Amino acid sequence: MSRDVSVKISPVETIESLTKEAEHLKIKLEDERQKLNDVTLAAVADRLEIINYMNVKPRRTLKGHQAKVLCSDWSPDKRHIVSSSQDGKMIIWDAFTTNKEHAVTMPTTWVMACAYAPSGNLVACGGLDNKVTVYPLSLDEDVTLKKKTVGTHTSYTSCCTFPNSDQQILTGSGDSTCALWDVESGQLLQSFHGHAADVMSIDLAPSEIGNTFVSGSCDKMVYLWDMRTGHCVQSFEGHESDVNSVKFHPSGDAIATGSDDATCRLFDLRADREVAVYNKESIIFGINAVDFSVSGRLLFAGYNDYTVNVWDTLKCVRVCLLYGHENRVSCLQVSPDGTALSSGSWDCTLRVWA
Amino acid sequence: MVTMNSDKAQAKRKPEPSNEVCAGSSTDNTMGGPHQLLASDDSPNHLLYKKMEKIVEKMQDETIGVPVRTVKSFISKIPSVFTGSDLIMWMLKNLDIEDQTEALHMAHLMAAHGYIFPIDDHILTLKNDNTFYRFQTPYFWPSNCWEPENTDYAVYLCKRTMQNKTRLELADYEAENLARLQKMFSRKWEFIFMQAEAQSKVDKKRDKLERKVLDSQERAFWDVHRPMPGCVNTTEIDIKKACRMNKTLRHNKNLQIGMSSGSDTTYKTSIEFYKEQINNLKSRFERTNTKVSKVADVYITYYEQYLEYDCFFVSPEYPNPWISDSPELWEQEKQAKDISARRVKRWAFSLKELLQDPIGRDQFVKFLDKEFSGENLKFWEAVQELKALPQSEVQNKVAEIWSEFLAQDASCPINVDSHSYEVTKKNMGNGDRWSFDTAAAHVYQLMKSDSYSRYLRSEMYKEYLNVSKKKTSVKGIRSIVSFSARKETIT
Repeated sequence: MSRDVSVKISPVETIESLTKEAEHLKIKLEDERQKLNDVTLAAVADRLEIINYMNVKPRRTLKGHQAKVLCSDWSPDKRHIVSSSQDGKMIIWDAFTTNKEHAVTMPTTWVMACAYAPSGNLVACGGLDNKVTVYPLSLDEDVTLKKKTVGTHTSYTSCCTFPNSDQQILTGSGDSTCALWDVESGQLLQSFHGHAADVMSIDLAPSEIGNTFVSGSCDKMVYLWDMRTGHCVQSFEGHESDVNSVKFHPSGDAIATGSDDATCRLFDLRADREVAVYNKESIIFGINAVDFSVSGRLLFAGYNDYTVNVWDTLKCVRVCLLYGHENRVSCLQVSPDGTALSSGSWDCTLRVWA
Repeated sequence: MVTMNSDKAQAKRKPEPSNEVCAGSSTDNTMGGPHQLLASDDSPNHLLYKKMEKIVEKMQDETIGVPVRTVKSFISKIPSVFTGSDLIMWMLKNLDIEDQTEALHMAHLMAAHGYIFPIDDHILTLKNDNTFYRFQTPYFWPSNCWEPENTDYAVYLCKRTMQNKTRLELADYEAENLARLQKMFSRKWEFIFMQAEAQSKVDKKRDKLERKVLDSQERAFWDVHRPMPGCVNTTEIDIKKACRMNKTLRHNKNLQIGMSSGSDTTYKTSIEFYKEQINNLKSRFERTNTKVSKVADVYITYYEQYLEYDCFFVSPEYPNPWISDSPELWEQEKQAKDISARRVKRWAFSLKELLQDPIGRDQFVKFLDKEFSGENLKFWEAVQELKALPQSEVQNKVAEIWSEFLAQDASCPINVDSHSYEVTKKNMGNGDRWSFDTAAAHVYQLMKSDSYSRYLRSEMYKEYLNVSKKKTSVKGIRSIVSFSARKETIT
């Protein structure tokens, strides 16, 4: 440390002492949390019946993208899907009939994020252009005519979603921040700083108040944010590599995550700790997306090994594997009414499973 | 043999724009960029390579590994091979793999990453039969920081043309790539040709069997890095991760500044960063947390409550549209008549469930009207509306809500505790979409504990539930999943 710096800073608060204090607190905290870890989730779930067999099959294949599918989102109408791909195309599908209703060419390639607005009349997307752009959907005219850039990050947009209404967009970015934007004015309503690396995924809390969301990042951390203040209210650690996907348990009390460390995990908000790890020795590939079934018993996870693994979240065992994609599964989502599961892949297709 | 200078291999090479020429031949490589970027040790691909290599090492173990043989075929010998079925059998025995399908899938992926390869096929996959496969030499493993350049590829292809044609004829796509590369490197071609010639000479001096093995390993290497059209290029990196690796250098620099002398401002920020971290940690001590046994019980209760509504376990009242190809389920849902008992039952789970269902909400509104206590719900909904407004309309709506529900002369006054009232009143000075949150939370709690629980006990709800039970024939809950009684838990 250079001399002029140490003069200005009181000796009590050097980086070294602060790091030490932080480390000490971390160890103490871990001890405290360990006291609450009285039994494993799987042991409690022992009283449940074992899921032997599931009849989940591919029911639709959506072909039309010319390049890797990077993101997709269900429409609130339970049958439409918006998907975005590496070649800069965004497609609106009627997944039920497999028809393409819109194919929008973006000004940029690599559209990494897309989302349906709650009204179903608007979609947002973003990617390597560092922006988030909204497109009102109408059958009468070219949807690109009415497009509107809402926000801009200083790095790529990795994920986006509409909280509450069509009027706001929440984004996560490679600049390691999340941001809440006003759609009409493009005003930045709130920004969320705290992650030390790229934000990969966000998810809104399903609670009735709906003021919190969760983010997963390449700094291996999972943060819970208060949208009103912009502060991080809870954080979870445990993953050994990038956290690629975060998803709230339907009850809103826990968060499932998927990571490049080849594990999915369950973090509980009330226990303030990790309560389950979903992995097997034979699973060595990373996870890009996770989602729950309606009851929270099943966790679907899309892997880089081209498969979707279905986990029993309570017994902490794998129920089955869904084969079909011919390249990495990049995105996955249970439909709003829980009747189906959609998956998108680098093999240029989307599939609907039920 | 391709030569790899150690310094060259470790150097961070920028993607050549010219890569696209060749990459274009594979369907997956339209960009030609990201997968060519530097592969740092913590990149997601490298995490995977390390794990795969552990398995490959086990497979190659002399005592417990897959038996590798030299097979006689007519007059020639096929050195160092094993069959597909041998490998699958070994995997089922030695790895934590459930069935043959999983083993085949895993073997296919290991082949696609170039750790094992069929001895004479450009398509890197594995079949559970007597086809012969070989292990890749560690020198050619993708983890070796290999990002071969087009010149290397050109030398390789060029060399192949110099060898015994019947043995190593170029595949059509390879011939096309060679032609393209020749055009691209027209001026350098003489140099490439000379290099190829020199390598070819070295190769010819080798033992025949050794050469056979090396030739196939080199071919497999290029099948990974310049895959046949239609095959997956497994060396590609997720674009987000590629962007991130580009930034890593910059990031590291910032961190180091914080740790060493560096500039004053960054030093202070990092002090603040640690202070904040410590504060966060301290605040975590103050939280009251629940035991894991308790939260586990809550998950199970939740699952049991919602099991009926989980289409992956229990079929819905009308056939699942995705399976039956009939949208009847969705059409029924939109109609306000013949509401199923299953749906009405759900209203009793929580106030949230009741309000989420438009018909449930209408019922509740009717109930509140009867009780002359509709203002709480109106207020709560107005606050939700406020949150959904564009920023430009927020101010007006805040004032509107205040005057309608909370002001002295409010047209629809609500009762909130003095604390919430004071907080809200203070917020009015600088009204935003969250101004009424405290009051709304209070009102919601009130509705939940008061009117909602009375609604559930009311004749109105019970009657509605009974009617729906009669109207919709109560189909027994059919489980579409096979369960078995609990036995010893598999962990």
